[in-house]
Amino acid sequence: MSGSQANRKKVLESIRTTLGANAPDKWREANVRHRLVTHPSGTIPARSLGNREAGLALFSGMLASQGAEVTRVRDPEGVVKAIAAYLAKHELPSELRLSEEPVLVTLPWLLAPKLTQTYGEPSASDAIGLSRAIAGVAETGTLFLVSGAGNPTSLNFLPETHIVMVDEGDVVGCYEEAWGRLRALYGEGTLPRTVNWISGPSRTADIEQTIISGAHGPKRLFVVILDERSP
Amino acid sequence: MTTLGSDFKANAAKALADAELQRALLNVKRGFVQKRVDAKARLPEFDTLRDEARAIKLHTLSHLDLYLDYFERKVADSGGQVHFAPTAADAREIILKLCRDADAKLVTKGKSMVSEEIGLNACLEEAGIEAVETDLGEYIAQMRNEAPSHLIAPIIHLNKETIAEDFRRSHEGLAADRTLGSAADLVAEARAVLRQKFLAADVGITGANLLIAETGSSVVVTNEGNADLTQTLPKMHIVIASIEKLVPTLEDACTILRLLARSATGQEITTYTTFATGPRREGDADGPSAYHVVLLDNGRSEMLGGSFNDMLSCIRCGACLNHCPVYATIGGHAYGSLYVGPMGAVLTPALVGIDHARDLPNASSLCGRCEDVCPVRIPLPSMLRAWRERDFARDNPKFREKTALKLWAYAAKRPRLYHALSGAAVKLLALLAGRSGKLSWLPFAGAWTRNRDLPAPEGETFHQLYAKRTQE
Repeated sequence: MSGSQANRKKVLESIRTTLGANAPDKWREANVRHRLVTHPSGTIPARSLGNREAGLALFSGMLASQGAEVTRVRDPEGVVKAIAAYLAKHELPSELRLSEEPVLVTLPWLLAPKLTQTYGEPSASDAIGLSRAIAGVAETGTLFLVSGAGNPTSLNFLPETHIVMVDEGDVVGCYEEAWGRLRALYGEGTLPRTVNWISGPSRTADIEQTIISGAHGPKRLFVVILDERSP
Repeated sequence: MTTLGSDFKANAAKALADAELQRALLNVKRGFVQKRVDAKARLPEFDTLRDEARAIKLHTLSHLDLYLDYFERKVADSGGQVHFAPTAADAREIILKLCRDADAKLVTKGKSMVSEEIGLNACLEEAGIEAVETDLGEYIAQMRNEAPSHLIAPIIHLNKETIAEDFRRSHEGLAADRTLGSAADLVAEARAVLRQKFLAADVGITGANLLIAETGSSVVVTNEGNADLTQTLPKMHIVIASIEKLVPTLEDACTILRLLARSATGQEITTYTTFATGPRREGDADGPSAYHVVLLDNGRSEMLGGSFNDMLSCIRCGACLNHCPVYATIGGHAYGSLYVGPMGAVLTPALVGIDHARDLPNASSLCGRCEDVCPVRIPLPSMLRAWRERDFARDNPKFREKTALKLWAYAAKRPRLYHALSGAAVKLLALLAGRSGKLSWLPFAGAWTRNRDLPAPEGETFHQLYAKRTQE
């Protein structure tokens, strides 16, 4: 037996001994199988069970209270304009690093001729990152971002300013609903390499409990909700 | 495991006299306690979630062998590898070999208590591998060669002036007259220094707040994003976690995550919560090409099913520290152990043996606030009592206490004798105190009366007074 197999045996046998479970027990096995297959939800906070408007308001409000800026636009033109306005307002560079999400690539960038777009893995010098969230969760203003082809995880952390677009239709009430969407996309029990929940800009309170933005990740988070049903 | 000298009484006395520490400890009360109260008030389901989280953890612990087996298979399915480590030495050996195989010169690290528990940094440094802590607090603790003094706020004992001095000493090649007066200055400088380390690292090592059996994922929460740069940029990601971090499903993780940040810092959720599953996939734009999970036992499997089983459901939020009057008075380092406060006083004897941690179960007034705020309702006070009982039951040199208790028990079982003795004692004490009504010294209680007087009895016992009263 190799060292690693011996280690494995040692730990598992010690557990079975203290649990008094040395013999196979079909009841215990069934308990585990049942839980993994049914993955029952715990209590879902009532705050996340409102209607569409309440959900979007909660989502935006939570993000804002956690230090993000949030805006809601009616069409893809609005996304481009909102990004240009945000960068101008904060006097930030106009070179964007984008993930290769088709929705982002096909935005009408010509409307903002000053902005430039580069795709792919970011370098340490990129100042502005733009990603698309696969879901937004109203309960705590949390964005779900996933890794994948054309979707580098480091884009969420290296640039000082992170801009995230999310479709209104992808904003759900609670975390469990968002997991449901990922299960539908990736299959039961399977996740992409990285799922990032992001709920604000990077921060630290390690020094005298003073909250400072931009500890290691982005100093600023700007969330653009694309809501084509907006009146 | 790092121990810092086990003389609790001497450490505590030193902590009480440390003006900087006392000033810094006020931040615990001002910050964490009120913020938790506010967060709890905003979530009416909070207490229900505590019951559910407790049930999740206890269910997992009672099926731990089966869930670990499933977790291992899921990690393998996604291209990663699980390594079981019965002891701290085994874990060090496994990680060192992985780092050597990856030809690592520089390792970045996310915050991990288990890494501290196994003494990983010293082991890597000895092998010529530079290990850099990237959580700001841990980075500063490492710079000062200190252990963390709080689960989630490792340098809560330090003021910014002290940290500025550390930065001037450690960060070479920067202008000597640069401004480091504010927390923002310090964060900016650390960010710039650590960014270079992130980009150059060969291996990233993180802990795990949770492991998920259903998907074979490790979960890390941070506000800084340091664990993300640590686990995304290098070519290898190693997770070091203890076996009890496992939960069955993504839904179970949600329930616990709803409690973790609220209990810890009073935040609704941490800024970043990251689920990592295996190495980068084919076609992925970035991410590590290798993913390893090292599962540490180190005495935990022996706690299962026994008096201290529930301690394994701890999610390391730090609420019991923040609400402990003893912790608030002396800080973390006085405990002389890595895990501090009420959770540390229960866990440490289980990991290192009560012989090496005898003072810890006594470092508590058993006021019960820790249990009141624990998100998974660990009965910490009764476990502290259980350790005291075990310590007392051993053949140990606490002869005086034992004799005194035996004498008291003998008298207490004989009411006439007890009344006679207590009547005499009360009279004697009243006599000794004289007109002042106070006693400034007592035999066998010199330590108690050194700083305060004992109000003297007025000459009669309760029973005597009661008898008089009922006659009237």
